[in-house]
Amino acid sequence: MSELHPVVIGAGPAGLACAKALLEAGLRPVVLEENPRPGGQGTRRLSPLMTPEAERLFGHAQAGATARREAEEDRVLAACDWRPGSLVWGIFDNRLAILRDGRHDSLPYDRLLIATGATDRIMAFPGWTLPGVFSLGAAQVALKQHAAFIGSRVVLAGASPLLYLAAAQYLRMGVRHLTIVDAASRAQKRRAAAGMAMTGLSTLIEGLRLLRELRRPDVRRIDGADLVRAIGGERLEAVEIRHASGRTETLACDALAFGHGLRPETQLAELAGARFSFHPQLRNWFPIIDADGRAGQRLWLAGDGAMTGGREAAAYSGRLAALSMLADRAGAASPVTREARALRRRARRLRRFQVHSAGAFPWPHEQAAAMPDDTIICRCERVTAGEIRKAVSSTAGPVEINRVKAITRCGMGRCQARFCGPTLQELTAAASGRPVESVGRLRAQAPLRPIPVGSADEEARA
Amino acid sequence: MNPPLFRSAVARQPDAIIYLDGIEMPARSGESLITALLAAGLMTGRSEFDGSPRCGFCLMGACQDCTLWAISGERLRACMTEVVDGMELCRLPPEPGSQNE
Ligand code: FES
Repeated sequence: MSELHPVVIGAGPAGLACAKALLEAGLRPVVLEENPRPGGQGTRRLSPLMTPEAERLFGHAQAGATARREAEEDRVLAACDWRPGSLVWGIFDNRLAILRDGRHDSLPYDRLLIATGATDRIMAFPGWTLPGVFSLGAAQVALKQHAAFIGSRVVLAGASPLLYLAAAQYLRMGVRHLTIVDAASRAQKRRAAAGMAMTGLSTLIEGLRLLRELRRPDVRRIDGADLVRAIGGERLEAVEIRHASGRTETLACDALAFGHGLRPETQLAELAGARFSFHPQLRNWFPIIDADGRAGQRLWLAGDGAMTGGREAAAYSGRLAALSMLADRAGAASPVTREARALRRRARRLRRFQVHSAGAFPWPHEQAAAMPDDTIICRCERVTAGEIRKAVSSTAGPVEINRVKAITRCGMGRCQARFCGPTLQELTAAASGRPVESVGRLRAQAPLRPIPVGSADEEARA
Repeated sequence: MNPPLFRSAVARQPDAIIYLDGIEMPARSGESLITALLAAGLMTGRSEFDGSPRCGFCLMGACQDCTLWAISGERLRACMTEVVDGMELCRLPPEPGSQNE
């Protein structure tokens, strides 16, 4: 039987670095990407409408570097079997179930890299389903992909370095009413800074540069304040926040973007057989990988979908995974070259940086216990905090999160728990009085996205 | 007219017309459906559970909050679909039961 081509899912920095290394070794990987264009999230490409604004948005030096990187990515993809617009919605017996241009396809693999990245980690709060409230990532995507701002009077809130990056980009593009509500206090940031300086000095300096750029009269920055509720009838009119002193304040606005760091997109990895372990500092579940990103006999994971680390760590880990795949092809256990050792070291350091920065941008897990009962947790199925608490208290025996999901339907809607999952985890733990890691981990199920019924039938017949 | 939810970051010259539940709307070909809708202050739909408006949340294809339908019955995410002149869209599935939810 002829050997199958390696398959890469996700054309962000990790997937592209992996594809490039496989090409260099004379292979021609298949690269699948849900979006019509490559790029990933943080490094998402500008839409054609925004391209002329690149210098204004990024600054001169970075705009040049971005253009060069993208040209290089295009060269790599031209040499691959590049299939943009491919939605991988399930994995059955080492075959990927793909929907592309409304057509069903099935692709067998013998070595698979999954690099599906990360999305915003969201802690629900009252009113977050109002039109005008978006995820923090969305504020940036609006600009880069949709050539639009999410509003005119914009509040950016939560705990994430993206708060400052998005604010700076909005400012550079001309938005003048900006408020940043950072959940972490300045003291928390100072405490985290030492570890961040040791593991990622350049990233820290870049962050400080952003803070300086944002120090101006038309940008208001509030530290150590939490979101209390979003106010409005059919759309957002204001947000109420609570300062560290306990005082509440209402900020009039027409748009709010919020988020609390990142959560890995691991649903495909799970369907491909990855197992998971709990990371106590990041307070979340991550797939178990070896030093090179290997997660199973045929499975490799890289980038933020494996372990949060940012763009550079993603690229190192993608290349490393490719070297590991190549070693495996040659019958070796793992790559032993100097390059592999250096890549491991660099990726590890950048990922440690993320753990340190979790101190500066903490996940507000304690909010779950205090959340009002009528807060909507699952925006798809409109399940409230009260319903989840009731389900937890009525369950006999040890509380398990997938049971709570089945009873309440929280997380069973069209987003498949991507945005309510983290809150559901904390609520279940708080309501049962048990540590969050002991209530279990939400399981993924195919199809991972809503697909036409016909495709699932076809898959069953195939 | 409703105040816009999105504010354009670049000069936006509409050169196309799309229809949402039969209502004509200016749009720019190549921009995303959600840009056209939110710039016009329109919501992409209502929750089938409590009827409250929904307009998208992640803008990157993950939350499905911006789901609407082409008149052909195809389910679309407004944030992942580009405007094509003459597109006809509906906020509810055109033939109930033809698409899974
Ligand atoms: S806004 Fe989330 S999928 Fe479109």
